[in-house]
Amino acid sequence: MARKEYSFYPGCSSERKASASNYMTSVESMCKTLDIKLNEIPDWNCCAASIGYAEGGELPRHVMNARNIALSEKNVGNQDIVATCAACWLGAKESQERINHSPTMLADVNEILKEAGLKYEGKQKIRHMVEVLIEDLGYEELGKPVKKPLEGIKIAGYVGCQTNRPFGVDGESFENPKYLDKLTETMGAQALDKYEQKVTCCGGALAFSEPEKSQAQIKKIIESAYDHGADMIVTPCPVCQMNVEVYQGQINKKYGTKFKIPVVYYSQLMAVAYGATAKEAALDGNIIRATQLEEIAAKK
Amino acid sequence: MADTKIGAYICKGCGIGERLDTAQLAMIAQKEGKAQVVREHEFLCNASGVELIRNDIANEGVNHVVIAACSRRAKAETFNFENVAISRTNLREGVIWITPADEDKKELVQEMAADYVRMGCAESLKMQIPRTNPNVGHNKRILVVGGGISGMTAAIEASKTGYDVLLVEKTGNLGGWAARLHKRVPNREPYADPMDTGIAGLIKQIESDKHIKVHLSSTITKTSGAPGQFSVDISTESGSTATENVGGIIMASGFTPYDMNKLPHLGAGKSKDVVDQLGLEALAKAANGGPIKRPSDGKEVKSVVFIQCAGQRSDKEGELPYCSGHCCNTSIKQAMYFKDQNPNVDTVVMYTDLRTPGNGEDFYRSAQKKGVIFTKGVASEVVPGAELQVKFQDKILNEDAVAKADLVVLATGQVANSGVDIETVPQDEPGKWASNKQSVLNMSYRQGKDLPLLKHGFNDSHFICFPYETRRTGIYTAGPVRRPMDMVQAIEDATGAALKAIQAVENAGLGRAAHPRSGDLSFPEFRREGCTQCKRCTVECPFGAIDEDEQRYPVFNESRCRRCGTCMGACPVRVISFENYSVDSVGYQLKAVDMPDQFSEKPRILVLACENDAYPALDMAAMNHIQYSAFTRVIPVRCLGSVNTIWVTDALNSGYDGVVLMGCQKGENYQCHFVKGSELAHMRMSKIDDTLKQLSLEVERVKTYEVAITDIQRAPALINEMAETIQKIGLSPLKF
Amino acid sequence: MSDLNTAMVEKYRNDFLKEVEANVEQGNWVKMCMQCGVCSGSCPLGPAWEHPPQEIFMMIRAGKRDEVLKSESMWMCTSCYNCIVRCPRELPITHIMHGLANYAHRLGIAPKMNPTRRFAKMFWKNISSAGRVNELKLSVGLYFMDGFASGIKKGLEMLPVGLGMLKTGRLNPFGLFSGGHCKGAGDIRKMIKKAKEIEDKRKGFAA
Repeated sequence: MARKEYSFYPGCSSERKASASNYMTSVESMCKTLDIKLNEIPDWNCCAASIGYAEGGELPRHVMNARNIALSEKNVGNQDIVATCAACWLGAKESQERINHSPTMLADVNEILKEAGLKYEGKQKIRHMVEVLIEDLGYEELGKPVKKPLEGIKIAGYVGCQTNRPFGVDGESFENPKYLDKLTETMGAQALDKYEQKVTCCGGALAFSEPEKSQAQIKKIIESAYDHGADMIVTPCPVCQMNVEVYQGQINKKYGTKFKIPVVYYSQLMAVAYGATAKEAALDGNIIRATQLEEIAAKK
Repeated sequence: MADTKIGAYICKGCGIGERLDTAQLAMIAQKEGKAQVVREHEFLCNASGVELIRNDIANEGVNHVVIAACSRRAKAETFNFENVAISRTNLREGVIWITPADEDKKELVQEMAADYVRMGCAESLKMQIPRTNPNVGHNKRILVVGGGISGMTAAIEASKTGYDVLLVEKTGNLGGWAARLHKRVPNREPYADPMDTGIAGLIKQIESDKHIKVHLSSTITKTSGAPGQFSVDISTESGSTATENVGGIIMASGFTPYDMNKLPHLGAGKSKDVVDQLGLEALAKAANGGPIKRPSDGKEVKSVVFIQCAGQRSDKEGELPYCSGHCCNTSIKQAMYFKDQNPNVDTVVMYTDLRTPGNGEDFYRSAQKKGVIFTKGVASEVVPGAELQVKFQDKILNEDAVAKADLVVLATGQVANSGVDIETVPQDEPGKWASNKQSVLNMSYRQGKDLPLLKHGFNDSHFICFPYETRRTGIYTAGPVRRPMDMVQAIEDATGAALKAIQAVENAGLGRAAHPRSGDLSFPEFRREGCTQCKRCTVECPFGAIDEDEQRYPVFNESRCRRCGTCMGACPVRVISFENYSVDSVGYQLKAVDMPDQFSEKPRILVLACENDAYPALDMAAMNHIQYSAFTRVIPVRCLGSVNTIWVTDALNSGYDGVVLMGCQKGENYQCHFVKGSELAHMRMSKIDDTLKQLSLEVERVKTYEVAITDIQRAPALINEMAETIQKIGLSPLKF
Repeated sequence: MSDLNTAMVEKYRNDFLKEVEANVEQGNWVKMCMQCGVCSGSCPLGPAWEHPPQEIFMMIRAGKRDEVLKSESMWMCTSCYNCIVRCPRELPITHIMHGLANYAHRLGIAPKMNPTRRFAKMFWKNISSAGRVNELKLSVGLYFMDGFASGIKKGLEMLPVGLGMLKTGRLNPFGLFSGGHCKGAGDIRKMIKKAKEIEDKRKGFAA
């Protein structure tokens, strides 16, 4: 039996050939090392993300999440639900909070779930993968399997919004959360002491609809990392990862900058430090290659 | 009285023994200081050290004790011996902690310590054991002036503590403004709804308390005497007067609402449907839980606008510059009168800054939950009509807008009932006191009928450091006469004032000083034959303690005196002194210093430092090992106001190269513990230049500073600055 | 003006605050704002809002219905939740802004051409039909939102991004035809339909 077991909600971007498929791959590798078993919620659906509100409204949005929770209950009702995506975690947790808080909404939701033959109780805890790592294992435990410390790499811990607000990780401040830096250091890399844009918004879904405004945000996030001498940026959120990574070319064109900084997931750092190959850590999934990590991964 | 027998005790603890040659100090105490008993001790503040001193007092007849150890601020309890004169020589904070331990500085440091021992012995020689004020009164009854919430609370609190109370109320009823409220702002959890005022209960409590004697429809037509022995005339409306004796006085004469008729642009006086907050209380009382009706036509009010800061927090002529503190909570409460009765009434509170002291934030939130609308805006005009129009500037949307309402409530401020302004009203001739309608206390004091005002017409001594204290000993203010406040604050205030009054009567009965030299047994005396009747002491006493007799000689009221010595500093012929603090006790100290000659390159700097702020600042500098010139000799003074200019003249004449005076902050935001002392000292010292010129000395040799207790870096720096100045201009030529 | 909008104007007269309290997600919190302005100062796209949240709250109280609902402002919310965590009164500002945008959209008076509104609509269609996001469909839809010619142009601009994603295996070239599909998609569609019905009934939108 695995050391820890969770009900797992991967979310749309983690699907094969989706934008965060590399996140998924590296999480799998990381969990294998840590002996964590993830039981995927059967036939899970989209969380409606933060942009779902506009057309979806309130109840339909919560119903989307209620279905996932109900499916998880049916499958492994005694396990905490873990999400790797910030938006999925936030969406599911928020819906659960709202439904559990209102008897009317709870009744409505169950009435609606009958359409799919499901029932919602909402008793499982809904957690982000980093919470599980920090709270259930702890930094010391996470440091034990490190085979190849990421020595000499300076990393900007970009926490972003939705893994930080409004719920955040217990014991961390909204303005300057430290867990990502601690994780980075546990893997033997060097975290930036100072990183002003640590919790700045990357624009989220507005990267699509308001690209100019979002790219101005992204530029700040990257610039600050460069200013403090970072070799790469690490993040716990698929939207952050994508927005900060893929628009660097466009930003360079527009602002005349020469950005080319890799943006990786914490799980990729951990996978590499735990001795995974570049492929297992999904380093081939980064558009801007994290060559320093690739070199370490290649070391015997 | 027995002859003076000085015992000098030199401590070697805390590193004093390592840094200084204490045997030499002992020799100096004996030979130059005239100490009959001289002892060194390894650790003077321990049990054996204290026992040593006690033994000498009991068996050797030592009655003057000189303790050469740490600062007088340290171990004050340990070195407290009764019936002896005690002086403290500061070798620790004053010498070894502020000088370098270098071998080449050893001589200078030893000289410094030797001078301090000489000074301690000189002071002791000129000191007498305080005999305690002989003119004490033992009346412990407390007079409370004003029967509103503050006065009633003070009376009840004093009575509960076991003191008899006289309660004098101008009107025919107890309760004051609070009795006219429909309900009050809540003072307990959950701070959500208006609650009963509780005034009826308080009145009942007073009426059934046999320790509280109530005089209704009465005013005070004369107040004379001193703490423990006040005499007051209480006159009724019908004209009869009774004279009563009391020990302490609490003045809780309250406030009058600002006259809204001064605000015609806000519709006051133009429309019956524009009322002030008390006007609304009357409407709410009349409605008695039913719908509130507007005055003009009796129509149910469906919409109401509350205009905050009406005629207050304003720089306009005739309006109040200050915030009255309670009005935001009061308007919130009044908006609830409407909302609780009918949630569909539109209630808008128009404010610029909502200030909700106490637990008002909860109350504010509760009002928001009830649907009271809060609009950040400034009303410029209320247009009368069947429907009132409030023209205002929306401060969030930054636009001019109009709000319509059936009723407009103006939140006007509190104006203190503080009596006559003694600074501006010409004072009666002493001895011819006539009662004055405006006056609250009609005091027969040399300095005027009522308590001095501090700011905006409120009686106060100091907002922060000395709440309740006034500048008249034994008389305390409570409630909105002291500063604007709400009921919760007034109740707390009244309780505090009651306690202060109790302290005052108790201290007075024992012949001890009140705040801030609480417990001091010394008192001022004057040599009548030397007095020139110049009246400086009677005019300058910050506490009105000194009256004048018919021949214009000063009459000291010892029980009113705070022992600051401002009179002593003022006296041009130096006839005023305290037994343990006098022109001589300081004068001999500064002259006891061994003055090196003009060619020694050893200047001497005299520092006269206020014991309340400057001296502690220097002590704290020493604790932080911040150094200052070893040429310095510091003498603590009770207040810079007690500094007689003769000391400065004497110092210059005896060859000091510089004199630094350090007092507290003066002026409007004064920190001076004796209110006026520092200011008077600065004024007196502004004339010192003439003296310096007469002596052909440079004006830079004397400096007067305001020093705060927190000036730990600055105070030593000021001394060092003087040392540099002397280096620049050279030593004084007046050395012998 | 849509029928629903007219109906709501009729129903609430000029009490916009009441209308917001009844119909907007978390709208009952609006009255609790104390006008400190921390939200406006905390918004990453703050300068892009014609009326930052603080002003929106004040405008609701002042009854400026059209100005609020027709505003582009709420559509600038990136859902970063900075305002929520900083609000000293703990107002769920993000949700209120979402709620206002959704309400305006529902009434049919939200700005027609607002790109976020249009994107959100597409997004919802994408997930509610299949249960999961089909990223390719979504982005292709986004580029062709303004017509074929403009779509080609935007597509070309984004070509390097798309190619990058494709090369790293993070975009499914066959996604237009497959992928992002729940087995229970039919159930989901039924549930959403039902949820909409209930919500409309609860808010008095149903005919």
